[in-house]
Amino acid sequence: MATGMVTAEAPPAGRGQAAAAEPLLAAADIVKVFGKLTALNGAYLTVAPNEFHGLIGPNGSGKSTLMKCVAGAETPTTGSVRFDGRDITAASPAERARAGLSLKFQITSVLPALTLYDNILLALQARTSLAGLVFSRTRGVLHDRVMGMLEQFRLADRAGEPASALSHGQQQWLEIAMALAPEPKLLLLDEPTGGMSLEERRVTGELLQPIRAHCSLVIVEHDLDFIRDICDRLTVLDQGSVLDSGTVQHIQASPQVQEVYLRRA
Amino acid sequence: MANETVSPEALPRASSAAPAKARRVLPIIEIVVLAIALVVPFVLEDYLTIFATRVLILALFALSFDLVWGYGGIMSFGQALFFGCAGYGVALLGRDLDVTSILLVLPAATLIGLTAALLIGGFLLLGRNPASVIFVSLGTLTGSYAADRLARGWYYLGGQNGIPSIPPMSLGQHDIVEGLEFYYLALGILIVCYLLCRFLVRSQFGLALTGLRENEARITFFGYQVQHLKAIVFALGGAIAGLSGGLYAFHEGFVWPNILGVVFSTQVVLYVLFGGSGTLIGAIIGAVVIEAASFWLSNTFQEIWPIILGVLLLLVIMFRPAGLISLIVSERERVGSFGQPGRRGR
Ligand SMILES: Nc1ncnc2c1ncn2[C@@H]1O[C@H](COP(=O)(O)OP(=O)(O)OP(=O)(O)O)[C@@H](O)[C@H]1O
Ligand SMILES: [Mg+2]
Repeated sequence: MATGMVTAEAPPAGRGQAAAAEPLLAAADIVKVFGKLTALNGAYLTVAPNEFHGLIGPNGSGKSTLMKCVAGAETPTTGSVRFDGRDITAASPAERARAGLSLKFQITSVLPALTLYDNILLALQARTSLAGLVFSRTRGVLHDRVMGMLEQFRLADRAGEPASALSHGQQQWLEIAMALAPEPKLLLLDEPTGGMSLEERRVTGELLQPIRAHCSLVIVEHDLDFIRDICDRLTVLDQGSVLDSGTVQHIQASPQVQEVYLRRA
Repeated sequence: MANETVSPEALPRASSAAPAKARRVLPIIEIVVLAIALVVPFVLEDYLTIFATRVLILALFALSFDLVWGYGGIMSFGQALFFGCAGYGVALLGRDLDVTSILLVLPAATLIGLTAALLIGGFLLLGRNPASVIFVSLGTLTGSYAADRLARGWYYLGGQNGIPSIPPMSLGQHDIVEGLEFYYLALGILIVCYLLCRFLVRSQFGLALTGLRENEARITFFGYQVQHLKAIVFALGGAIAGLSGGLYAFHEGFVWPNILGVVFSTQVVLYVLFGGSGTLIGAIIGAVVIEAASFWLSNTFQEIWPIILGVLLLLVIMFRPAGLISLIVSERERVGSFGQPGRRGR
């Protein structure tokens, strides 16, 4: 069912991808049970290359859990996750990262004691060989990319300060920069604008736009305006199941979705 | 690391608003400690030089634990196992095979420590799921306890009495006996190991370790093989502990089960917590201060010195959880910087 949806509607920015190509990410029939609680009940998520995909739903509907199942932080009770032509259902988080998955959790987790520079370097050097790390062989090579990332996220002038000195919003940017630094194929962002001012949110949207050229995005957000502005397609979760999935227009017109949001509002 | 020293005029008054570059005190401490270590034998009487040599060997042992705990975040509560195994190993080489050449016994001691740590580390750290701190500390503690009991019960290893009168270490025809010569040997080895550790913890590998220590869960999602990093640090720690155990066996001329056991394992934990884990020099200072204090207290207050020492340790650990070194070294400097921010395209 999941693959059917993608072929039915070609992704908007398919840059050189064949229309019928396999989606970049296809999580299907995901069930996740925590003790007695079924957090996900047959949820799915399909993302095409270069697509910006929004994942929305009420609190506790399982958005973060679905993201974690994709990233490998949780193992689905049943279901499968395919990424970039491979089955990664049982792969370790490190293997998924090496395959091109990158994420920012809902809870900000930059390394506060390290400088901004070192936070980015830490993310970038993860694929350096062990000998390369011991002899610091990639420190010079990666310098430009570290500074480039910091400039892109408007943090370059604070490169030498510890991350703990940043405001909450800037820490979120730093973490997005860390997630993007290794040039992933798919970036998962769980509530990246939590705690940001309106202006910071707007800038975040701007900062994310250019990554579309080389990367797909799954973003969880409560701010529906923000989601509408940057996403191509949406998936709506409610109580662990997918209520609907499709283009932004399609979702806005969907009576079921209206009902859930009206019910809560 | 060395090339990022700041010129004095570039230093603004350090304040929390401008935390740009604080004065770096660690290199100064390192140089002061080195200078003291170099002249100590000329100041002290002979019997104290022998004591000081023992302290250097224990400082090397402390360094091994600091690497494992202060940098790798692995609570090895049985570090004496590696020290003791190597000590017994070289004692047997000397006693049964007449092998005493420094060129053989010290590499052998290092290798014994390394192998023991690889075995135990592989078992404790490379499981399917990441091992918890409690699991690792209990696992290593148990190893140390078991080895102690085994040595006590095993006739071949001398049982309770251990192995007495190990022949001295030799270089060609020359015997290296306690005193000046052994002191500078131990100091040289300590310096080399210290520099190697320093190189390692300031490298990109050290940055990965910092990430591991600060937020292990996070860095796995960057693609780090966290368990491998840990196993490597643990093995290196074992190798250094083994080297110090080998030196100890020849310096003292005997080995006994206590050097494998839990009490000795705890002692090294105290050295490092007291001095300040996560700075290499802190481990050295901790070992020196505790050993010197015990030595002095046990002479001056023969009856109650363990209590005084205990209270001192407790005070430091309660009020200075980051150890004595944190009195002069800031948290920022302790963590340090691994890359140098600057313009692009240099
Ligand atoms: N590790 C866990 N153990 C037990 N229950 C969990 C765990 N993680 C999540 N849950 C439960 O699963 C359900 C879905 O949680 P999840 O965090 O995925 O929701 P969410 O859609 O991200 O909500 P929010 O919008 O508040 O972030 C919730 O009822 C939550 O309490
Ligand atoms: Mg959530």
